[in-house]
Amino acid sequence: MTSSGNAPGGFSFDNVIRNSMLQQKGYAPPTARKTGTTIAGVVFSGGVVLGADTRATSGPTVFEKNCQKIHYIADSIMCCGAGTAADTDATTQLISSQLALHSLATRRAPRVATALNMLKQMLFRYQGHISAALVLGGVDFHGPHLYTVYPHGSTDRLPYVTMGSGSLAAMAVFESKYKEDMTADEAKQLVYEGISAGIFNDLGSGGNVDLCIITKEGKELIRGYAKENERKYRRPAGYIFPHGATPVIAGSEQFKGPEKGFSVVAEVAPAQDTMDVSA
Amino acid sequence: MSVLRPNASVMGLPYTAPGNAPRGFTLGEHVDPEDPLEVGNSSNPHGKPRAIGPMGRRFQPYKNNGGTVVAVSGKDYSVIASDTRLGSGYSVPSRNVSRIIKLTDKCVLASSGMQSDIAVLHKVLRIRLTQYQYAHHQEMSLTAISQMLSTMLYYRRFQPYYTFNVLGGIDAEGHGWSYSYDAIGSHEKVRAVCSGTGQNLLQPILDNQVEFRQTAPEKKPEELSLEPCVELVKDAFTSAGERDIYTGDIVELAKVTAKGVEIEKFELRSD
Repeated sequence: MTSSGNAPGGFSFDNVIRNSMLQQKGYAPPTARKTGTTIAGVVFSGGVVLGADTRATSGPTVFEKNCQKIHYIADSIMCCGAGTAADTDATTQLISSQLALHSLATRRAPRVATALNMLKQMLFRYQGHISAALVLGGVDFHGPHLYTVYPHGSTDRLPYVTMGSGSLAAMAVFESKYKEDMTADEAKQLVYEGISAGIFNDLGSGGNVDLCIITKEGKELIRGYAKENERKYRRPAGYIFPHGATPVIAGSEQFKGPEKGFSVVAEVAPAQDTMDVSA
Repeated sequence: MSVLRPNASVMGLPYTAPGNAPRGFTLGEHVDPEDPLEVGNSSNPHGKPRAIGPMGRRFQPYKNNGGTVVAVSGKDYSVIASDTRLGSGYSVPSRNVSRIIKLTDKCVLASSGMQSDIAVLHKVLRIRLTQYQYAHHQEMSLTAISQMLSTMLYYRRFQPYYTFNVLGGIDAEGHGWSYSYDAIGSHEKVRAVCSGTGQNLLQPILDNQVEFRQTAPEKKPEELSLEPCVELVKDAFTSAGERDIYTGDIVELAKVTAKGVEIEKFELRSD
């Protein structure tokens, strides 16, 4: 079995047996970037508001302070992703593309329920190995819709939803403040407060609040709706490194000078001393 | 899975039997050598605590509450700093817990690790210093404290205080020094050191900016004086707070000089 060429599509499982053998011998495979997240959505009269934080983590380290977790599905359908970053990115891209083809084939505007079915069928097929926990929202022919999709393929259709490691913090806010038939501004404020609760009370979530408001008139994606975590201090003196501050430790015999046809732009001072390795 | 084994550890630490050693008696003799979850199974020789059955899990006495501590010392000063965030998993039980303790007018200790062990260690240290003062009618010197801390940590060699300490202060000659410790008392006298969850982010900055590592000898700047050093520590802490989820909220920074100890606070991001 070859890994490419005549492959019929889908994932390659070529190395599964080799990897399980390696794992048994003590060589664990690299782990995926599984990020903590707060994502949420609320239905209001005439549309939906989706929200997300912007932190991507790997263990205790912040990998990205301003990443986008609200993904495009179609012009009036968006999808927030929590879980393994690669899975949420790839899954939403794949469904977006399939939905566009489906829309062209049927000559109809894409519907949220169609996207939902494609997502849940794909996630169920992979039995939870694709770790994508999603909040899917949009407006179509039938009006506003909001769903959650769990990694194993189960789904919920609810007026207000949260997902990710900050979902409890956000849901605490939603449970106390949600009411039916809110205006767009009330819904935006509610989602902002929910995501904010996740950002400040869940260590896996952080950074800014992103919002996306979808109505039948169109959608508005607001990156950095709230930026409450800017850097608070910077050393006034800055960091200045004089030219030649880093000693050249390799001998001159390893560096014969530039090849013919190149001109010398800057000359490096010859090595003065060897590196201090006493400490 | 077994209910009770006489040779299982009673202290909550995983008991690992040597490969072919007799296991002693068990109630009903139900140690399954193929069960990877069975404690003492030689196929799972690493020190990680394991389940003792499908439902049961051993009490795990240690956890890391995060936090970063720093000590940087110059010719006649020492700067000791720590953030005050108390973390646990993805939760923040508290944003304002002090990990810094002023031991004498010339010596400050900062500890990261498990908050309960830090609290007890600081309490016991306070008692020992008071006893010393009553016995000798003088404050303990920096060098004496540094040695006593090591002894106190090593005394708990086989059930350590889960603390990572940095000590800073001024010695009898008036020179600033920092000391770094591991959890069981190994220590070293240095210029600049840090410990805790932000260690990997901060130590390279301190090495380069305080000890001027990787810098050609003729290009080395002047040694840092107190205020530039404080600015460096504040900047480095802010950077650690940007990238380490367990470092944040507030930093307490103690400046130790011949005049005594002065403590200032500044904010980090709180997400």
